[in-house]
Amino acid sequence: MTRYFVKRILLAVVTIFIISAITFFTMNAIPGGPFNAEKAPSPEVKAVLEARFNLNKPVIQQYFLYLGNIFKGDFGISLKTGRDIMSTIKDSFAISAKIGGLAIVVALGFGLIFGSIAALTRNKLPDRLIIFGSTLATAVPSFVLATLLLLVFSIKLGWVSVWSASGTNYLLPVISLALYPMAYITRLTKSSMLDALSQDYIRTAYAKGVAKWKVVFKHALRNALIPVITYVGPMTAYILTGSLVVETVFTIGGLGSKFVTGITNRDYPMIMATTIFLATLMVIANLLSDLIYKAIDPRISFD
Amino acid sequence: MKHDNKNIKKGILSMQVDPSLFIPATEEEKRQQDVMSQSTTFFRDGMRKLMKNPLAVFSIIVLSIIIITIIVAPIIVPYGYSEIISVNGVRDRGAKNLAPFTYSEMEQEYIDAGGKVFPHIFGTDAMCRDYFIRVVYGTRVSLLVGLFASFLALIIGLLFGSISGYIGGKVDLFMMRIVDIIYSLPDMLIIILLSVVLDQVLSGIGTKGILAKLGTNMISIFIVFGLLYWVGMARLVRGQILTIKQNEYVLAARSIGAKPGRIIRKHILPNCISVIFISTALQIPSAIFTESFLSFVGLGVQAPMPSLGSLANAAREGLQSYPFKLLFPAIIICLIVLSLNLLGDGLRDAFDPRLRK
Repeated sequence: MTRYFVKRILLAVVTIFIISAITFFTMNAIPGGPFNAEKAPSPEVKAVLEARFNLNKPVIQQYFLYLGNIFKGDFGISLKTGRDIMSTIKDSFAISAKIGGLAIVVALGFGLIFGSIAALTRNKLPDRLIIFGSTLATAVPSFVLATLLLLVFSIKLGWVSVWSASGTNYLLPVISLALYPMAYITRLTKSSMLDALSQDYIRTAYAKGVAKWKVVFKHALRNALIPVITYVGPMTAYILTGSLVVETVFTIGGLGSKFVTGITNRDYPMIMATTIFLATLMVIANLLSDLIYKAIDPRISFD
Repeated sequence: MKHDNKNIKKGILSMQVDPSLFIPATEEEKRQQDVMSQSTTFFRDGMRKLMKNPLAVFSIIVLSIIIITIIVAPIIVPYGYSEIISVNGVRDRGAKNLAPFTYSEMEQEYIDAGGKVFPHIFGTDAMCRDYFIRVVYGTRVSLLVGLFASFLALIIGLLFGSISGYIGGKVDLFMMRIVDIIYSLPDMLIIILLSVVLDQVLSGIGTKGILAKLGTNMISIFIVFGLLYWVGMARLVRGQILTIKQNEYVLAARSIGAKPGRIIRKHILPNCISVIFISTALQIPSAIFTESFLSFVGLGVQAPMPSLGSLANAAREGLQSYPFKLLFPAIIICLIVLSLNLLGDGLRDAFDPRLRK
C-alpha cells in the first residue's frame, strides 16, 4: 500500500514538473521578447533590464530560476496591469474556490440523491425521468448553459440579479458549473447502486430484518460511493476549466476570467502563472481522489 | 446420441471400432441439426440490434438531417458565409440583426417591385450576413474538427497501443509510464496554452489552402489532439491486445513464422475493431465540445469562418435584443453532441462483444 502511495505521489510530482516545463518553454518559444516594443530601449538599458530579469541567462537556467521563484510564491508581475500576479491569484481564487466548492457540493449531493432514486425505482417513471434529464444535461456545454441561464433568468424574467462583485448571488454560476458533473454522478451512482443492490450482503441484510432505509444507506449507498470518489478528481478539473467560461459569461472576477483575459491580452506571465496554478490544483485533486479510493476500499489489492 | 459401450471390454490400445457409434440418426435427431435462423454476419447482427434501439435510430435520423442540411444548404441558399447582403448589387446597410424570416426595408421594396429575395431563415447577424448559412458553415467546421481530431487520436493511439501491448515487458512499462503522465495532464489547460503559443509561432510561418481559412488555431487544436487525446485510445488498444495475445490462434500464427506486424493486423486488430470504433465514435462529441469551448474563449477558427462556438460567443453581445442568435448554434451543438452520445451508446450495446447476448 505504501509502495502504491509513493508511486502515485511521485507521478503527481513529475506531472506538475512537466506541466511547469511545458508552460515555461512554450511561452519562451513565442517570438519576440518583452523589450522588443516599438519604443525599443537603447542597447545599454536593454542589457541592464535583461540582467535584472535574468533574460541574459540560458533558457534552462531561467526555467530553474522561475521554478525557484514560484516556490517562494513569486509569479512575477502582470504585463497588462503591472500588479503582482500572486496577489491577483490569491484574490481571484478566493471567489473561484467558493463557486467551485459550492458546485462540487451541489453536484455530489444531488447526483447521489438522483442516482439512488433512479436505482431504487428502476425502470419506473422517476428512473426514466432522471436518466432522460441526465442524458440531456451531458449534451449541453457549460458555456451554452451559462449564457442561456443568464438570458432566461436574469434578462428575460429578471428573477435573479446579474452577478456583481460584492453580491452573493452564486445561484446561476453554480448551476452552470454543477449540471454536467451532477448528471455524470447520477449515472455513475445509478449503475454502482444497482450493482451493490444485487449483492449477497444486501439479501443477507434484508433477511436479518434490517429496515429498508438502513439497508439502502448503510449497505448499498456506502459501497456505491466508491466509484463516485474516483470521479471527484476529473470533476474538479471539469469545474476548474468550466469556470473559465462561466466566470467570463457572468463577469465574475475569479481566476477563470483572469485566465481568459490573460489570453485575450496576451499577458504571458499571467497565463503561465494561472496555468501552473490550475494544473497543480487538478493534479492534486486527482491524486487525492485516487489515494482516498484505494485507502477506503478494503477489497482493492495492492501489487 | 446415446451409445452404450460399457459392456464391451477391450484393451486400451485396441483399434476395434465400436459399432454403436454408427447407428443411423433418428428423425428427431435429424431435426435438431436443422438451421432454424438464417446465418448472419457479425456486422449484420449488430446493425439489426442497433435498429431496434429507438434512441439510436432517433440520433441517426437527427444526424442525417443535420449532415444533409450542411451539404445541401450552401448549394440552395444564395448567400456566402462571409458575404454581406446586397440587394440588386447595392450593399444593404439596413439588413442588420434581422429576425428570422424578415426582410430589411430595401429588400421589402425590392420584393414589392417584383424582385425575388431568398428568405433569411435564421435572420441576419450584426454585420449584415445571412445567419442561416453561417450556422451551416459553423456546423460544418465543428463536425469536421470533431471527426478529424478523433481520427488523429485513433491513428496515434492505435499505433502506440499496439506496439506497447504486443512487445510487452520493459518497452510496455516505459511506454505506459509516458501514457500515465500525459493522461494526468490537464488537457484543456494545455490545449489553451499551446493554442496561444502556436497561434503566435504559426502566424509567422504562414499557411495555405483550407488551413489558412480555418486559421492557425485549428492547426494547433489538431496538433494538441494529436499530442494529448490519443492516450485513452492507446490504453484501450493495449488492454485489448494483451487479452487477445493470449489466444491459441496467435500462438499458432507465430509458430508458423508470421511477423508481428502481420499478426497485429490480421489476427489481433479485427478482434478488437468494434471496441476501438465505438470509443472513437464517443470521442467525436468530446472533440466538438473542446472545439466549441476554445472558439468561445476566442481561440477557435479564424475570423470570417464561423464555428458553432464562435457563433455562440458572438451572440453574447446582443443577447438582450437578439436571443435567437444564441439559440440556433446552441441548439445545434446540443443536438449533435446528444445524438452522437446516444448513437455511441447504441453502437456499444450492439457491437461490443463484451456486452453482447
